Amino acid sequence: MSSTSPRARQPLIAPAGWLRSGSRSRQIGMFGVGLASLGVWLMLPPFAGDLRDMTDSYELIPVYLGLLAVAAGLWAIVRGEAKWGWSAALAGLLAIVVGSAAAQGSLADHEAVFVWSSLIAATLRWATPLTFAAIGGMFSERSGVVNIALEGMMLSGAFFGIWGADRFGTWGWGLVTAMVAGGLFALVHAFFSIHLRADQIVSGTAINFLALGVTGYLYIDLYGAEGTPPEVSEIPDVHLGFLDGVGFIGPIFGEMNLMIWMALATVVLSWIVLFKTPLGLRIRAVGEHPRAADTVGISVYLVRYSCVTVSGILAALGGAYLSIGFVGSFGENMTAGRGFIALAALIFGAWKPFGAFFAALLFGFSSALARSLPEYSEQAALLFETLPYVLTLIAVAGVIGRSIPPAAIGRPYEKQ
Amino acid sequence: MSTTPENQPPPPPESGEPTTWTAKLALYQRAGGVITPMLTTLLALIIAGIVVRLTTGESPIDTGRAIVDGSGIPWLIPDSLIDIRDVAGTREFWDTEELARNNAEVNLQQTLIYTTTLILTGLAVAFAFRCGLFNIGGQGQFFLGAILAIAVGAELTSLPRGAHVPLALLCAALAGAVWAGIAGILRATVGAHEVITTIMLNWIAYWVGSYLFSLGGPLQSDRSKEVPISNDVQESAKLHVWWPDPDNLQGLHIGFFIAIAALVAFWIILNRTTLGYEVRAVGFNPEAARYGGISVSRNYFLAMAISGLFAGLAGAVDILGWQYRYGQIDIQQSDIGFVGIAIALLGRNTSIGIFFSALLFGALLTGSNTRNLALPIEPELAGNMTLIIQGLVVLFVAADLLILYVWRARRKLRIPQRRQPGSAQS
Repeated sequence: MSSTSPRARQPLIAPAGWLRSGSRSRQIGMFGVGLASLGVWLMLPPFAGDLRDMTDSYELIPVYLGLLAVAAGLWAIVRGEAKWGWSAALAGLLAIVVGSAAAQGSLADHEAVFVWSSLIAATLRWATPLTFAAIGGMFSERSGVVNIALEGMMLSGAFFGIWGADRFGTWGWGLVTAMVAGGLFALVHAFFSIHLRADQIVSGTAINFLALGVTGYLYIDLYGAEGTPPEVSEIPDVHLGFLDGVGFIGPIFGEMNLMIWMALATVVLSWIVLFKTPLGLRIRAVGEHPRAADTVGISVYLVRYSCVTVSGILAALGGAYLSIGFVGSFGENMTAGRGFIALAALIFGAWKPFGAFFAALLFGFSSALARSLPEYSEQAALLFETLPYVLTLIAVAGVIGRSIPPAAIGRPYEKQ
Repeated sequence: MSTTPENQPPPPPESGEPTTWTAKLALYQRAGGVITPMLTTLLALIIAGIVVRLTTGESPIDTGRAIVDGSGIPWLIPDSLIDIRDVAGTREFWDTEELARNNAEVNLQQTLIYTTTLILTGLAVAFAFRCGLFNIGGQGQFFLGAILAIAVGAELTSLPRGAHVPLALLCAALAGAVWAGIAGILRATVGAHEVITTIMLNWIAYWVGSYLFSLGGPLQSDRSKEVPISNDVQESAKLHVWWPDPDNLQGLHIGFFIAIAALVAFWIILNRTTLGYEVRAVGFNPEAARYGGISVSRNYFLAMAISGLFAGLAGAVDILGWQYRYGQIDIQQSDIGFVGIAIALLGRNTSIGIFFSALLFGALLTGSNTRNLALPIEPELAGNMTLIIQGLVVLFVAADLLILYVWRARRKLRIPQRRQPGSAQS
C-alpha cells in the first residue's frame, strides 16, 4: 500500500523558508515600537488639533495603533524575540493609555469609555471563552487534527451547559453536561477524521452545521418562545476578601468569575502538559511526524482521539461560561463566530498555550473596547470587530513573519 | 504488487492513495455514481424523521409531506393538489382548489428563488473544489456581492435599465472575485491555507457590512434614519420578474436563468476550455500538473477568483431579484453561502448534481419556512431540522470515503488475482 507522498497534501499553512529568518521577528518588534511611537506622537500638540478637526473620534487612532503595536510585540515574543517584543507591547500599552487619557481630557461627557479597571475586567470576561476554545484547539491541532469545529463545540457547550444547570439544578452539573456534549461532538469529528480518514475540514464544517441545528432545535423544542429560565443556576464569582478596597486590582481580581480562574489554570496546566511531560512530547510527536511516533510505539489513533475529545470538552467549557457564567441565558447561535476568533487566536499565538492566551486577551480587549465604544462611536465599534480577523489574515499571509503549524496537521494517518 | 512496467496499466487516479479532495471525489464518483448521493440524502432524512418522532411525537411522514407540499413542488403535478388539502390542518386555510393552487404556485416560486441563489453559492464552492481548494468563504463573497449590488443598484441613479442591471451584476461579481482572489493570491504566493484566510475574510465582510448599513453608515437608508438598513434598489436596477406571483407580491425573477446559465458556463469552462483542463489537472494532483508545465499558482488564483465571481453574483441576484434592500439583520441571519458547501458536496461538484441538490435545499428551506402553517411541528423546529439535515449530509459525504475504501480494497484484492496467471503466461 502506497502512502501519501509528503508533498502531495499541502499542510494547513505551508512553511516558506525565506520568511522564517530570525531577524524577522526583531523587525516586527521594531515595527511595533514605531507604531506605538507614532500613536503617542500624534497626540502631541501640533497634530492633535488638526486631527481633532478632521474626525470626532481621533483619540481612537493612538488606541488602534497601540493595539497593533501590542499585537506586533506579542507576535515577536511568541517567536523568540523578547527584547523588542516586550518593548513593542509596553510602548503599545503606553499609546493606548495616552489615547484614552486624551479622550477623557477632551470629552468629559464620554468619560465612561475608558474606565480602566472595568475595561480590564471586561477584557478578561471576553477572553475567557476564547481561551478555553483556543487551548482546546491547540490540543487537537498539535496532535495533527484540524479543528474548525470549535465554533460548533462551543455552541453545544453553551446550550447543554444551561440545559444541565436547569435540569439538574446546579451549575456544576451544567458544566458536566456541557463537557459531555462537547466531548460527544468532538468524538464524532474524531471518528470521521481519524478512523474514516475523511477530510478534516469537511467534517468540521459538518459539526458546525450539526451543532447549530441541534442546539437550535432543542432550544425551540424545550424552551420555545419563553427562552431559558431566568432563575437558572449560574457559575459564581470568586470573592477574594483580602482584595477589598485595594484600589485598582480589587475591582478586577476580587470578584472574578470562577471560570476565569479556571481558564488561567487551564493555560498553565496545558503548558506543563504539552511541554514538560512525556505525554506532551507524545502529542507533539504525533502532530509532527505520526509515522515516527508510531514506530516508537505511540498509538497515533489513541493520542489523536484523546486530544480531539479534550478540545471538544474545553471548547464546550468556554461555551458554558458564555451561557451560565456571562450572559445567564441562551440564544440561537449565541457564540456568533467566537469559535472562529478562538481559532484565530490559536494561529496568532503560534499554537502555543501562552501565545494563544495572550492573543485571546488581545482579541478580548478589542471586543471589550468595541462594546464600550457604542456610546462613543457605533461605527468605529463595528469596524473594531474586524481586528482579530485582519490581524490573523496578516499573520497567516506571512507579510510580517508567519505561523508555522504542526507538520502533520490535516493529514489523516494510515496505519501500516 | 506490480510486475513489469508494461504489465501495468497507465496509472489511473484510483491506483494509489488519491492525493487531493478532488481526486478522492472523482474516484468516489466512479465508485458510487448517483446512487450514494441519494442514499446520503435519504439517510439524513430518515435520521431527521426519527428525531422529529422522538422529540415531538408527531408523525415524520406527515411532517415530510407538509414540507413537500409547502415547497410548492406539487404545483407541477395538478392531480396532487387534492392531497395538499388533505394534509392535517391545511383544509381550513385553503378551502377551494384554486386557493390551494395559488398557494402552491407562490411556494414553488419561493423554492426557485432559493434555488437560484443556492445554485450560485454551490458553484462557488464547487469550482474551487475542482482545483483542490476548499472555498469556505462563499458567505463573505456573497456579502461583498450584496453590498456592491446595493451600492450600484440603490445609490447610482438615472441610469437606463439596460445599463444599470448589467453594471450592478458585474460590479457585484467582480467584488466577490476580488474577495476570493485575496485568498487565492495568498495561497498561490505564500501558501497561506485558503480555509483559514477565507474564514477570516468571511468575518471581515460580516463586520464591514454591518458597519456600512449601521445607523449613519455610508450605505444606510436616507429615509428611515432609525433602522440599520440600506436604501431600496432603483426600479431601473431590479431584475425582471417573469413569473408573477398570483398575489402580485414577489414572483420569480430572471436571476433563475442567470443561475442556469452559470451552471452551463461552469460545465463549459471545466470541460471545454484549456483553463478548465488546467484547473482540473491541478485539482487531481498539483505535483503532476506542475511537472506537466501547468502553473499551479496561477490556477489557484484563477480558481478562487472564478469561485468568488459566482458567489458575488449570488449576492447581486438576491438583492436585485427580490430583496431590494439589505440591512444588519439580513447579514446576521444569512447563511446561504454556507449552505453552498453542502450543495457542492452533495452535488459532487458537477453542474447537474448542483442543480438537483440546490433544488432539494431550496425546497427544504421553503417547506420548513415559518410561513408554512400546515406543518405539524413548530416551523422554527422545522427550520433547525433543515440545518441538521444539512450537517448530516455534509458529514455523510465525508464518510463516503468509507464506501471508497471498501471499493478500493475490493479492487486491490481482485487485481493481484487476475495478474498472477497473466504474468505466469508471459
